Amino acid sequence: MADTLLSLRGLTKAYPGVVANDDVSFDIRVGEIHALLGENGAGKSTLVKMIYGLVKPDRGDMTLGGAPYVPGEPKAARASGVSMVFQHFSLFEALSVAENVALGMENPPKTRDLARQIREVSETYGLPLDPFRVVGTLSAGERQRVEIIRCLLQNPRLLIMDEPTSVLTPQEVEILFATLRKLSSEGTAILYISHKLEEIRSLCDHATILRLGKKVATCTPAESTARELGELMVGSSFAAPVARAHASGAVLLEVQNLSLPAPGAFGTPLRDISFSVKAGEVLGLGGVAGNGQDELLAALSGERLSPPGSVTLKGEDVSRAGPMSRRDAGLLSAPEERLGHAAAPAMSLIENGVLTAARREGLVSRGFVNWGKARKFAQSVITAFDVRTPSPMAAAGALSGGNLQKFVIGREILQRPDVLVVNQPTWGVDAAAAAAIRQALLDLAAKGAAIIVISQDLDELMEVSDRFGALNEGRLSPLRPVSELNMEQIGLMMGGAHDMEVAHVA
Amino acid sequence: MDLSSINPILLIASIMISATPILLAAIGEMVVEKAGVLNLGVEGMMITGAVVGFATAVSTGSPTLGFAAAALASAVLSLSFGVLTQMLLSNQVATGLGLTLVGLGLSALIGKPYEGMKSPTMSKLDIPILGDIPVLGPMLFSHDPMVYFSLFLVLAVWGFLKFTRAGLILRAVGESHDAAHALGYKVIRIRMMAIFFGGACAGLGGAYLSLVRVPQWTEGMTAGAGWIALAIVVFASWRAERILIGAYLFGGVTVLQLNLQAAGARVPVEILSMSPYLITILVLVIISARGAHGAPASLGRPFHASR
Repeated sequence: MADTLLSLRGLTKAYPGVVANDDVSFDIRVGEIHALLGENGAGKSTLVKMIYGLVKPDRGDMTLGGAPYVPGEPKAARASGVSMVFQHFSLFEALSVAENVALGMENPPKTRDLARQIREVSETYGLPLDPFRVVGTLSAGERQRVEIIRCLLQNPRLLIMDEPTSVLTPQEVEILFATLRKLSSEGTAILYISHKLEEIRSLCDHATILRLGKKVATCTPAESTARELGELMVGSSFAAPVARAHASGAVLLEVQNLSLPAPGAFGTPLRDISFSVKAGEVLGLGGVAGNGQDELLAALSGERLSPPGSVTLKGEDVSRAGPMSRRDAGLLSAPEERLGHAAAPAMSLIENGVLTAARREGLVSRGFVNWGKARKFAQSVITAFDVRTPSPMAAAGALSGGNLQKFVIGREILQRPDVLVVNQPTWGVDAAAAAAIRQALLDLAAKGAAIIVISQDLDELMEVSDRFGALNEGRLSPLRPVSELNMEQIGLMMGGAHDMEVAHVA
Repeated sequence: MDLSSINPILLIASIMISATPILLAAIGEMVVEKAGVLNLGVEGMMITGAVVGFATAVSTGSPTLGFAAAALASAVLSLSFGVLTQMLLSNQVATGLGLTLVGLGLSALIGKPYEGMKSPTMSKLDIPILGDIPVLGPMLFSHDPMVYFSLFLVLAVWGFLKFTRAGLILRAVGESHDAAHALGYKVIRIRMMAIFFGGACAGLGGAYLSLVRVPQWTEGMTAGAGWIALAIVVFASWRAERILIGAYLFGGVTVLQLNLQAAGARVPVEILSMSPYLITILVLVIISARGAHGAPASLGRPFHASR
């Protein structure tokens, strides 16, 4: 297996103001699983976009199987045997599985034949899927199967996978890894992009690490520790969150028998959710995406009102109170989607600060915004949370994902909440920033706030929470202290086993 | 009130005539919106089609040439919307409204010399056998070809979107342009073609007004038909068969209330006049209240390949 499949030589791509890739060279061998590691903004996506023909390199060249490889568009890349499974943006929710697969093929067969092929491939690789389901109704893991099968139907020589496990349960990850190993043993090379170091160490043969657009190293991940890889990636050592011993106090937030119908065609209903959080405690809620996380956050933040008596804050029923009065009472939240939900992309950081902090921080008097105070508040968030931005006047949408996330979370934390609810606080954030955000949450809990962290990153939940529960189809599993849990139990709590049974039937 | 003065055969026949312009414009706009583009310029494109069709038919003596010219003129006009919104990334709502204003003004200018003229009429199709059936014949089978063309167009659009690969790609572009782009589809080119088709359909609808339904040219003669077509697309949940229902319902109630007015119904004229709008919207809201609404997910969102 020493033959080189894809060879990159001196690839360079510059965008106005930033060099996304600077003289990157490495080789991918036939049938190997090659990891591409790097922080957000390290140039991983630009690099794979060049390999997949979505972006043209400014300089440098590629050879595929010995021949020059200059893909002008994804079609050409697919024709040469390069396929890609995207992190997001690549499925059509309103269309069926078969239609989605057909869109990714050059000459799709008739729907009936295609459905048969989908069943065949999905069974061969242990990824069961019903071709006629509408994608909008599938779980994240099943959606990923659609993408993988779409690629496999074209017999690729190189399969590019962009952060494939970020939305999967541990059981689903195992299934995926088994599939990838099988593919690799059949001679398909895999370029695996991730920043989950443990995964890379267990799965990949080689790893190329990018930092600020430059290649830092190519190494054998199995021979390095996760910490070494992480430090190569970040370029400096980062502090892991300090373990905590929380003295828990009075119950601050109590949820009793909370049930809400699904908000839309693709939403999840909440079914009879009950839990309570004490002062100084961090409650971690896991679960695969689309099992009621967004709906639960909306019910807690006050975006959706719930039946009387279901949400109690510091002994007072706030079920029928809107977000403003809940904020006044000390219940703050930061939703998952940074752009559009947690922040208004086209507005400046100052303005975004005013949007949630106006009343608690007294930024408004007699209906007029006090811009001086607002600027000070935004500046204090920027300083306290090391948000890298040219100025507080910069538009929220212009910040990188990690920096905006730090701002969004910091904005809530600096308002000294009694109860803070965050959804996916470190989604798409690089390791150093994620560590900083987690530490800030822990510090807040140490000061006596109750915190609910909703996340799909299990490692994160294990790191920060005292107790853990999982959402599955809008139900909440019994809560357990994190110290008593192992990965397998967590997977079962998340409904991984249940999910796989469904898949086998389908 | 004298209901016997309403002739059911004539009533049904005139419903088909009355519904056709809106049906044409709405089915075209549905294709545009299915591709993810919101073109609010339907009214402007219709009236441009009306005046160009009328002028061409009067000067050549051929209504068929009139329809062809109308479709071409409106399609070219819609391309200006396409260039502005798709290539120069202008705001779709503002540009669409602008298109309507341009169309209204342009048509008034072109149409000035043609006011008060009469257009050559389109001969009715003489369908053998079917046209000779006693009541049904004159009711359904003795119209001009455009009525049947519009019905055929609905069927064709339905089949195109449901069964063909090109239709699937068009829907995909309207659902998620980023995903479609990632798969290598030419989002802008596909949208331009959809806009062109929508423009041509609106032009045909306008020309039908000035060549068949009225048939003469008066300034502002579309009188909101384009807006009704837009509303029907939304209330029909972007489905061809419901657009047919919506357009015929609107045409039907319009004709019926005119007949009732003529028959001297003891209902205030104002209420009768507003009834087509109310009833159409009410019925389509009830239909679309159940089940998925199906707005294309990328509708009205600007697409740029760099994001």
